[in-house]
Amino acid sequence: MALDNSDIKRIAHLARIEISDAEADKTLTKLAGILTLIEQMQAVDTTGITPMSHSQDLVQRLRDDVVTATNQREAFQANASAVEGGLYLVPKVIE
Amino acid sequence: MINQSLKNLSQLLATKAVSSVEMTQTFLDRIRQYNPDINAYITVDEEKSLAQAKAADASIAAGTATVLTGIPLAQKDIFCAKDWKTTCGSKMLENFIAPYDAHVITQFNHVGAVNLGKTNMDEFAMGSSNETSYFGGVKNPWDLERVPGGSSGGSAAAVAARLCAAATGTDTGGSIRQPASLCGFTGLKPTYGLVSRYGMIAFASSLDQAGPMAKSAEDCALMMNVMAGFDVRDSTSLNHPKEDYTALLNQPSSSQPLAGLKIGLPKEYFAEGLDGDVAKVIETAIAEYKKLGAEMVDISLPNANLSIPVYYVLAPAEASSNLSRYDGVRYGHRAAEYDDLMDMYMKSRAEGFGEEVKRRILIGTYVLSAGYYDAYYLKAQKIRHLIAEDFKAAFKQCDIIMGPTVPSTAFKTGEKTGDPIAMYLQDIYTIATNLAGLPGMSVPAGFSNDLPVGLQIIGNYFDEARMLSVAHAYQQVTDWHTAMPKGIA
Repeated sequence: MALDNSDIKRIAHLARIEISDAEADKTLTKLAGILTLIEQMQAVDTTGITPMSHSQDLVQRLRDDVVTATNQREAFQANASAVEGGLYLVPKVIE
Repeated sequence: MINQSLKNLSQLLATKAVSSVEMTQTFLDRIRQYNPDINAYITVDEEKSLAQAKAADASIAAGTATVLTGIPLAQKDIFCAKDWKTTCGSKMLENFIAPYDAHVITQFNHVGAVNLGKTNMDEFAMGSSNETSYFGGVKNPWDLERVPGGSSGGSAAAVAARLCAAATGTDTGGSIRQPASLCGFTGLKPTYGLVSRYGMIAFASSLDQAGPMAKSAEDCALMMNVMAGFDVRDSTSLNHPKEDYTALLNQPSSSQPLAGLKIGLPKEYFAEGLDGDVAKVIETAIAEYKKLGAEMVDISLPNANLSIPVYYVLAPAEASSNLSRYDGVRYGHRAAEYDDLMDMYMKSRAEGFGEEVKRRILIGTYVLSAGYYDAYYLKAQKIRHLIAEDFKAAFKQCDIIMGPTVPSTAFKTGEKTGDPIAMYLQDIYTIATNLAGLPGMSVPAGFSNDLPVGLQIIGNYFDEARMLSVAHAYQQVTDWHTAMPKGIA
């Protein structure tokens, strides 16, 4: 799988990370090496193997639909860069 | 005092030979003295630490103390600690003050342990040298020109230089064990799910696990007694009965305390790539284990060589998803200038994340992007299953697995920063246990050119108590774990 500069820029856009042309060039070389490493996987026959996400056989725990957390809006919003009247401020998105 | 075991420190406090305030001050003074050179801590807050020590002294006087009450510990800066700056080694969280405690912090607060400060780490735990930290690299106390390993490099240097009584770390691919090997102390990554991840800043959620970093197996056991336990707030937390991890440490004295124990030696962990001097140290340790009565069994982990490719699909994929939360809106860095919302996201993330973190987000985004999911993520999850099956088969032949923790000793700062793959190979022997969800340890086993070498001990699921007893038996007949770096007094 040969990547080029425009792929890097597309991936960076998907990841919402601004990237300059020079950075994309640099990233391309490093990523190509890592993807070659990853390609080793393709030689393995995994027919009939189930994918594993957790080592133990777990079922999703359920709980009653009741309020368990207390309101900590002020404490949480203290870390935001722009808030007003209990709301988070972002640039205007609807004209 | 700084070399004493947790048990002895606890005894000093219980008999009132020393107060927790005095003990805490001793470590704070050492941090003042050594931290400017070593850079093990990102945040120290003497007032907060001493207030906790004072409360601990009151609890000792009232007779309500337990073994870790008043003991000064270092906390990796990945754990949210209420009202403490919690940065995860990133510019993104440079000004983040945690509004709540991680489960691990709650557990230590509950027993009245003292938080000495937050330790340096690779940014978002992505690295094996601590060089990706926004707050600068950490120096290895054994040789200040070398790295301490990573990602828990600050905790590692703090334990090695005795800037704390013990510390916490997290391990996604080796981040407790590799620095334990490079800095010459004992570290344990527990079974996945044993220690709650609540409030522990996420890197790769299916692999991340917190554990103790300390001077001995006994100290790790005491830390585990506090850290492990079911927590409803972590959906992958295991409802495993509470254990006493010190229970198997003190076997009746015998010249062969490990008689009957079968130790598996995976041939893949002794193959090409392992440094010759490191191999010699590990062989000597294995000979010591034979003297203790253990029997060696040759085993094979045939898919071990695939650990790194599988890990560098799964970990970045999960990281790209986890780190999407840093949008500059609710917390974290926001760019000073931007045109619109999209531009704000793009610039804030470009400025807030370092090079290695961006690289891994991009790999993760790529392997999860349309059309590639089956070829990469799903394929990796299947091979992960094969790797776990290898261990399952191996544990039918043996009780414990041993080998080197890392292929070599601590390398020089800057030596591997230009070559991500050379850096990734640091974790070649540790990653497979994370993928399988198994517990792993690193125990000091000797030196190569005056640099520490760690012996890795891998156990079956929930077998931490036995692993600790196996490490403890070795530490009763060797003194590698008591060695101190020169220049640190």
